Amino acid sequence: MVALSEPSPHSLTDQARPLDRRILARRLSVLLVGLLAIAVVINLALGASDISLWGALGKLLSGEELTTLERVVLWDIRLPRIILCVLVGAALAVSGAVMQGLFRNPLADPGLVGVGAGAGLGAIISIVLGGLLPVGLQSLFGSYVTPVAAFVGGWGSTLVLYRVSTRGGRTSVATMLLAGIALGALAGAVSGILVYMADDQQLRDLTFWSMGSLAGATWEKSMIAGPVILLAIAGSTWLAHGLNCLALGEAAAAHMGIPVQRMKNAAIFSVAAATGVAVAATGGIGFVGIVVPHVLRLATGPDHGTLLPNAALLGGALLLGADLISRTIIAPAELPIGIVTAVLGAPVFLWILLKRRGLVDQ
Amino acid sequence: MRRTLLAASLSALLCSSFAAQAADRVLSIGGSVTEIIYALGAGDRLIARDTTSTYPEAANDLPDVGYIRALSPEGVLSVDPDLIISEAGAGPVETLEVLTRAEIPFVEVPDGFDGAGILAKVAAVGTALELEEEAAVLAEDLSTGLDAVAAKTASLPESERKRVLFILSTRGGRIMASGTHTAADGIIRMAGGINALSDFEGYKLMTDEAVSRAAPEVILMMDRGGDHGAPDAELLALPAIVTTPAAKTKSVARMNGLYLLGFGPRTADAAMDLARALYEGL
Repeated sequence: MVALSEPSPHSLTDQARPLDRRILARRLSVLLVGLLAIAVVINLALGASDISLWGALGKLLSGEELTTLERVVLWDIRLPRIILCVLVGAALAVSGAVMQGLFRNPLADPGLVGVGAGAGLGAIISIVLGGLLPVGLQSLFGSYVTPVAAFVGGWGSTLVLYRVSTRGGRTSVATMLLAGIALGALAGAVSGILVYMADDQQLRDLTFWSMGSLAGATWEKSMIAGPVILLAIAGSTWLAHGLNCLALGEAAAAHMGIPVQRMKNAAIFSVAAATGVAVAATGGIGFVGIVVPHVLRLATGPDHGTLLPNAALLGGALLLGADLISRTIIAPAELPIGIVTAVLGAPVFLWILLKRRGLVDQ
Repeated sequence: MRRTLLAASLSALLCSSFAAQAADRVLSIGGSVTEIIYALGAGDRLIARDTTSTYPEAANDLPDVGYIRALSPEGVLSVDPDLIISEAGAGPVETLEVLTRAEIPFVEVPDGFDGAGILAKVAAVGTALELEEEAAVLAEDLSTGLDAVAAKTASLPESERKRVLFILSTRGGRIMASGTHTAADGIIRMAGGINALSDFEGYKLMTDEAVSRAAPEVILMMDRGGDHGAPDAELLALPAIVTTPAAKTKSVARMNGLYLLGFGPRTADAAMDLARALYEGL
């Protein structure tokens, strides 16, 4: 009891806190890697069909042939889906964190402020009008047309959003949120026109966007999305120092030797790439980009050096958890994952607003 | 119908002796396919269904693998089918690819929104289940009913044919209506009506003026059970509809969606019911 009543040396000074947090963040990273690994194993082991992962692994080790069902379920269904799920979760969480750093506001989220809608519009345009491209161009891009279009849509809407809401180096959050609503409405309207033009087959593809689902995960999709998302995440961790300085204001960041305009462009580019490809692969999955960074900031503080990698890990693990629910709760049918993340994420989002009402009314 | 069942059960007995390798874990996707399978007396070979398969009552006890256009690959595999029979339009493509890789036979039954379309469906399902003879008996039975409806409606003079507007939904006061090449268009024709909207294909959101100009004499809707759809009074008061002849005579027909639009074994009855609703004393 005597030992407990003594003040801990760390709480004596404020200087001790950042160091404390860095150690905490590193421990958290280890914990999150473990969490992600566990989530991967659970997602590989559980699902609608009752095959045994351990049985299949045993067969693999002893050189026995897997049954067709085991091979298809584990190799063609669950594994590519897990990979895509981790990639998309990481992309959404990191994009959210970068965007919040860029706008210097924890409410900026690609899904909320219209970047996702812009990317979705790009994807819809490519689905409905892709057939109008010259044949040579079609075969050149192949299955990359939709991701590229989604990226361009996401990039365009991020740029518009930034231009509209930033004046004299200051970003107005109220303007940003309103501009996001306007962009979302515009994207929705153009999508509406395209839906009217679409034939039955295309309509079916479009329905998929509105709900968000990982059911269509294939090796091909993971292989297309993988490099882009990993590059975007790697690129944004390289921006971490710049984003930290930006938190003090653009002038201060420039004085610290940060090439502010170039850094902002790079941040917008990486957000658009990651969000665009994620949306192209899975449709609209909301709230990951806002909940994950916020939870991590509460736990280990706002340093982007640790926030961004941890967001990637937690984003991946969280989306795996959501996908597990989506795959199993009404099995053999499936609940669209966008519904699961909204049910889990929207209350957290409201709670954030409740806790920090000053965020919007600065 | 009794003749069909008798024949079906007789040959089911025969079949079990000489065609033991015929698929007996069948997944049915699409309401009309499920109805046909039950009508062929092969309901006991079904192990699962999709969300649209809600008739007959027994189908509701089967596990539901989801909506026909959003099937999850693992969900489908988990019920361990050795044959999948599906209406046209099952998806997504990725799921179908996985099913091919899993080497599960997948039969897509052609769609057609007329009598011949139904008979072709019955024949295709019969072939898939190796119940060709039962299918032939059922087809003959159904074509008798279809011919009867056709004969009744053929007697209607052109001037008396009613203009019918099929409304899929009225969400937010905007009317989603059927053009040509749809199940709704097919059943309206079979019942001796004229589709009030014939200048586009598929289902589209309509402007109020276009509906008003189409001047339907009867409005046809799906009966969603309870009062989920707009009640008649509310429907007829919509700006698009209030000026139409249908609003003046308060002519609204509502029927169960699968019964009306399924294009399966019950369609002849549905067409007859609709014809009687359109033309009194038919």
